[in-house]
Amino acid sequence: MKTLTGTGTLVRLILRRDRIRIPVWLIGLVFFALSSASGVQGLYRSRAELVTAARVVENNPAFIAMNGPAQALDTFGGRAAWEIGAFGLSAVALMSMFLMGRQTRSEEESGRMELVRAAVVGRHAPVTAALTVVAGVNLLLGALVAAGFIALDFPTGGSLVMGGTFAAVGLVFAALTAVTAQVTEHTRGVYGITGALLGVAYVVRAAGDIGNGSLSWLSPIGWAQAARPFAGERWEPLLLAVVVSALLVYVAFALGARRDVGAGLVAQRPGPPVASLGLARPFGLALRLQRAALIGWTVALFLSGLAYGSVGRDIEDLVADSPEMGDILTQTGGNLVDSFFATTTLMLALLASGFSIQSALRLRSEESSGRAEPLLATAISRARWATSHLTVAMVGAAIVVAAGGLGTGISYGISIGELGQVPRLLGASLVHLPAVWVLSGLAIALFGLSPRAAMFAWAALGGSVVVGFFGQLFGFPDWVTELSPFTHSPQVPVADPTIGPLVVLSGLAAGLVALGLWAFGRRDVATT
Amino acid sequence: MTKSIEVNELVKTFGPTRALDELDLAVATGEVHGFLGPNGSGKSTTIRVLLGLLRADSGRATLLGADPWRDAVALHRRIAYVPGDVNLWPNLTGGEVVDLLGRLRGGLNQRRRADLLERFDLDPTKKGRTYSKGNRQKVALVAALASDAELLILDEPTSGLDPLMEAVFQECIRAVKAEGRTVLLSSHILAEVEALCDTVSIIRLGKTVQSGTLSELRHLTRTTIVAETAEPATGLADLQGVHDLLSEDGRVYFDVDTANLDETLRHLTSFGIRALSSHPPTLEELFLRHYGDTEDGDAEVRQSRGEPASKESAS
Repeated sequence: MKTLTGTGTLVRLILRRDRIRIPVWLIGLVFFALSSASGVQGLYRSRAELVTAARVVENNPAFIAMNGPAQALDTFGGRAAWEIGAFGLSAVALMSMFLMGRQTRSEEESGRMELVRAAVVGRHAPVTAALTVVAGVNLLLGALVAAGFIALDFPTGGSLVMGGTFAAVGLVFAALTAVTAQVTEHTRGVYGITGALLGVAYVVRAAGDIGNGSLSWLSPIGWAQAARPFAGERWEPLLLAVVVSALLVYVAFALGARRDVGAGLVAQRPGPPVASLGLARPFGLALRLQRAALIGWTVALFLSGLAYGSVGRDIEDLVADSPEMGDILTQTGGNLVDSFFATTTLMLALLASGFSIQSALRLRSEESSGRAEPLLATAISRARWATSHLTVAMVGAAIVVAAGGLGTGISYGISIGELGQVPRLLGASLVHLPAVWVLSGLAIALFGLSPRAAMFAWAALGGSVVVGFFGQLFGFPDWVTELSPFTHSPQVPVADPTIGPLVVLSGLAAGLVALGLWAFGRRDVATT
Repeated sequence: MTKSIEVNELVKTFGPTRALDELDLAVATGEVHGFLGPNGSGKSTTIRVLLGLLRADSGRATLLGADPWRDAVALHRRIAYVPGDVNLWPNLTGGEVVDLLGRLRGGLNQRRRADLLERFDLDPTKKGRTYSKGNRQKVALVAALASDAELLILDEPTSGLDPLMEAVFQECIRAVKAEGRTVLLSSHILAEVEALCDTVSIIRLGKTVQSGTLSELRHLTRTTIVAETAEPATGLADLQGVHDLLSEDGRVYFDVDTANLDETLRHLTSFGIRALSSHPPTLEELFLRHYGDTEDGDAEVRQSRGEPASKESAS
């Protein structure tokens, strides 16, 4: 086929460009999966302990909503698969999304694709090459995970399906990203749409897993979990993932054949010939540039909050029915519903940190794209320019965090007919805001001190997520756990809010911001 | 004469690379100064130091009498800048960017803005993403020219413009000059520099190699001679100051150093001149002389071989 000419060369180009990135993703994900698995082997010494732990999960919808359905949790394999759960599969989806987006729309947006396509390269060759590489990476990931599980003495059949679930989710999201890369002109938009769909896939399966399970069939993550690794394996759901991936690839090709290089599917419209008064100040520009992201994250957090809030009532019903409730109440030391919401508000706050870091790092992307240069050549000081984006990041983080709490409060409050829950859960969310600010502050500090290292702010978020959700499993020492700012947030509504840690965290955030601004004022502005 | 820009022994390193190596630059107030140099010679780095975006390692830079690093914000009210590589925000229109940059600088002249948009034939309603390279450059040019800045710093501002727009640009710069404002123009378009600039600095590898008015520069270098003689002209290659000699069909072509012009012509007349043309070096030739590795490199090689300057090229 002539439209595929040059695919082989492009595959080699991608492998060359991503020769570090791909191994880093692979090592990270394989390490995460296998350390979770061996963590399970270390944590539970007997089958009886597994059974007791399984009962806690089976009776706690919060755990099920977070990780997935309770399938054969009384076996080491089943427990390990559950611990890795929807979170691990989402991480695979993110890998596929970032690797695909980077090689497709990002190349087009930068104009490099034009150079490539002007050579002897078929229309579909770039997307085919990217799909080939990312599919290969996912298959390799699946094989490594399966081999690792077998090496850790897990049953072979279950290990193979376990690897298969990783590969399947990765494939679907690679193909999905191939489609979204055709739709919008901007890489940011590709990640926004795909990320939102991943969020939907996660939440839909959470609702399905808590309910009768049928909703889970709408989610690729649900398919992977329906393959039941170590719990009576079934290959059919994985086959479904492959078929859907193939369909998505077909759609991507069809869309790709209809559009111009560099263009999306939505045509550009003319805009205003003069700037509004809002654009007279740096803050107006920062707000304008980040408006879409802010609205998107706010809506996403609000909807996630609604989804979690709606589950609250199911938990109450469960509590009423369950004779084992007494045990669990004493174990968690409080109201089960409250502990559920303490967990979900933490999850929402971690999600919101995604916005606060992305928003703070906008400074870096404005600088490295060369767009900061003409601004800094006007009568705007560096501090003022940086503060404009910072303000959006900090105030925006408050809005996004509040949206999650409001969503939770509104849907829970309505479902139990008690609107007093709205301020209560809003407050429970806002308690995490200082910790979110600390991550923004870290991003700014890195931006000022060493702009190339600014991306490591994301690693801090990754670390906080791992500490927050897998700390117990991995058995981290206390000092590691305490590195995460979220460890210091009061666990409202289970615990009472205490003002001390909030003041300290806010002060730390302010200190990091000040350090970043000071360092940025003293260094060279990076030019291309 | 007051100086708008004064740079002495400026050094800027990026890791192991010495981007500016004791560079000097002086621009008098009210003049249009051409800033020439091959790619990577340090023009944009110099400009970014002048804008306070980069911090010099050593040396002194003074802009409008102030320190470009310390007094950046105050200085920027009096400066307009056009970057060499204009990157616009994909979702802002050209008109919005012009207004934004103007307001951030402290205001722009609305009448001039409208006039410039028309003269540069720029559609202000298009989004940044859809502009071509030339049109992106026009956006930055309109933003800079619509200001009342007393110093314009332009980094290869016309590399993407068509000849028609180039003409408009030259008119605009002449108008700026007529108002007594100062322009630092980094450019690769020598015809443009020749047409606009009073003085020129040529830099290479982060050092200033030549600086002065165009006529001074010409005087310092060589004149190109083409002569047709009755008898074949011989012995030219042995004369001092003769370069790139070529003889063909009774004609000789060569360059001669200004200092040796008189004796060379005297030698030539002894063969009976039938036709003679001479012209001062074009800026292009000046430029090549200072840019090209070939010129200096070749001369060195020849010298080390103990050969006269241009034996190979004589045939």
